Amino acid sequence: MKISRKEVEHVALLARLKLSEEEINLYTEQLNSILEYAAKIQEIDTENVAPTAHAAQLFNVFREDEVKPSLAQEKVLENAPEAENGFFRVPRIV
Amino acid sequence: MSFSDKFELVCGVETHVEMATKTKIFCGCSTEFGGEQNTHVCPVCLGLPGVLPVLNKEVVNLAIKAGLALNCIIAEYSKFDRKNYYYPDLPKNYQTSQYDLPICKNGWLEINTPCGKKKIGITRVHMEEDAGKLVHSGETITTSKSSGVDYNRAGVPLLEIVSEPDLRSVDEVLAYLEELVQIMDYAGISDCRMEQGSVRFDVNVSLRPRGSSEFGTRTEIKNLNSFNSVRRCLEYESERQAELLLKGEKVEQETRTWDEGQGITLSLRSKEEAHDYRYFPEPDLVPIIIEREWVERIRASLSELPAAKRERLKSLGLSEYDAAVLTSSKAMADYFDEAFTFGVDAKTLANWIMGDLSALLKIDGCSFENSPVSPRQLAGLLNLIKDGTISGKIAKAVLEEIYKTGKDPEVIVKEKGLAQISDAGALEKIVEGVLAANTKSVEDYLAGKETALGYLVGQVMKATQGRANPGLVNKLLKEKLSR
Repeated sequence: MKISRKEVEHVALLARLKLSEEEINLYTEQLNSILEYAAKIQEIDTENVAPTAHAAQLFNVFREDEVKPSLAQEKVLENAPEAENGFFRVPRIV
Repeated sequence: MSFSDKFELVCGVETHVEMATKTKIFCGCSTEFGGEQNTHVCPVCLGLPGVLPVLNKEVVNLAIKAGLALNCIIAEYSKFDRKNYYYPDLPKNYQTSQYDLPICKNGWLEINTPCGKKKIGITRVHMEEDAGKLVHSGETITTSKSSGVDYNRAGVPLLEIVSEPDLRSVDEVLAYLEELVQIMDYAGISDCRMEQGSVRFDVNVSLRPRGSSEFGTRTEIKNLNSFNSVRRCLEYESERQAELLLKGEKVEQETRTWDEGQGITLSLRSKEEAHDYRYFPEPDLVPIIIEREWVERIRASLSELPAAKRERLKSLGLSEYDAAVLTSSKAMADYFDEAFTFGVDAKTLANWIMGDLSALLKIDGCSFENSPVSPRQLAGLLNLIKDGTISGKIAKAVLEEIYKTGKDPEVIVKEKGLAQISDAGALEKIVEGVLAANTKSVEDYLAGKETALGYLVGQVMKATQGRANPGLVNKLLKEKLSR
């Protein structure tokens, strides 16, 4: 087992997911089989290979510091589940 | 009770500085402060599905500049990472930041302490995006039913500057912050408008018994937005920790918040489990490779920094204090420099800038940047004093007149007939008149009462509306009285 039940519960909490007992068992199993499969890559010898964050051989893609039009406020809030006075409205946080 | 007899403070600071770019870090939305809520936003900074961020080149330029100003090593290879956390001020549920490969590291800045200069290490400087702003509808954050979110600030470029835990007293922390903010101002990294929240501090605080070389358990207090809050917060938190330690209790390693109203720090323990950021490389942004030539180009554009400026001002004969006051803002220091090019005495100029002109600007809340009295006009005024055209006292009135009307000092002196009377013949008559009208004072003076002379000088000045050359008046009076 690469990932414990406890870790699954922790990740679910971080993602704000409420999981049932069955779901926790199921996901622990499934996540482990995925991780085991991905672990195959560990068999490759990387002794002389620098760590890679990106596979594409691209770098330094920039834009100039020029202002572009923003969206109109009503457009911005169009998809908001709730809005009020031009603000997105979210449940109490703390 | 004071903790400082028994304990030594150990403090490190993370400073967030909003960068002075026109647009956000990953999209073309304006960074302007004060726009109506949710009007400086677009699909990119709202984190709508399918959008791709593109890095603002100016952000990298400014980050390199900040690194150079802080004596850092500029990375040849740098990348962005996602810092995951769930909070509605982030529309994407992650903040695009830098984790293991920040753009700058291993720098330092120098502060003045009672025991001389001290270098404070800079661990790293990295680029990231600012979050949105939450507005709480109820009385307080904990009693309101809901919050409003404004994403105008989401995506505004930030530099996070992390110091080593090298600071050993509240004064050292303040000296470090003041120097850091000045450097950011001088180098043009940020406009450093503290009142608009463009600079914010997180402080890491621990105590250890004096003489010990190990660090104690630290707390982190987040989101302080003024020097004064930092000072009060550090004073409170060190007393709090000292009391715990003296009672034999342990300081809990935790994140705390500063309650400005109550003047206390409060635990944010409830959120500890959520602080698992699961950083990973940002797949939507390609890495940055910074060649030597780019760094050198930025280095060449770096303007004189506060420490160098203070030294140069001292070499002109100004005191440590004057140099520190003049360089406390870049605008004031630039004003001095420009006025000085007109050939005036450094000390006199410093006094007028720090004294009368500062006082006038302060009344209207103006800054030296948009001073109604130009550096050339102030220098012109000082030259009128120097060549004897007007007295220092009249000059104060002329300064106010320049401030109000924008007219040149020479013009004001001419129009209002303020030129000093240095003609001995003309003054002699006035002096004689004053002597004839004040026989009592004359007798007093002749009887040995020196102060009577001051009164007579005053009478002459009064008769000339302050325009008489004071040296000449003194001389003439003494001559007449000794006869």
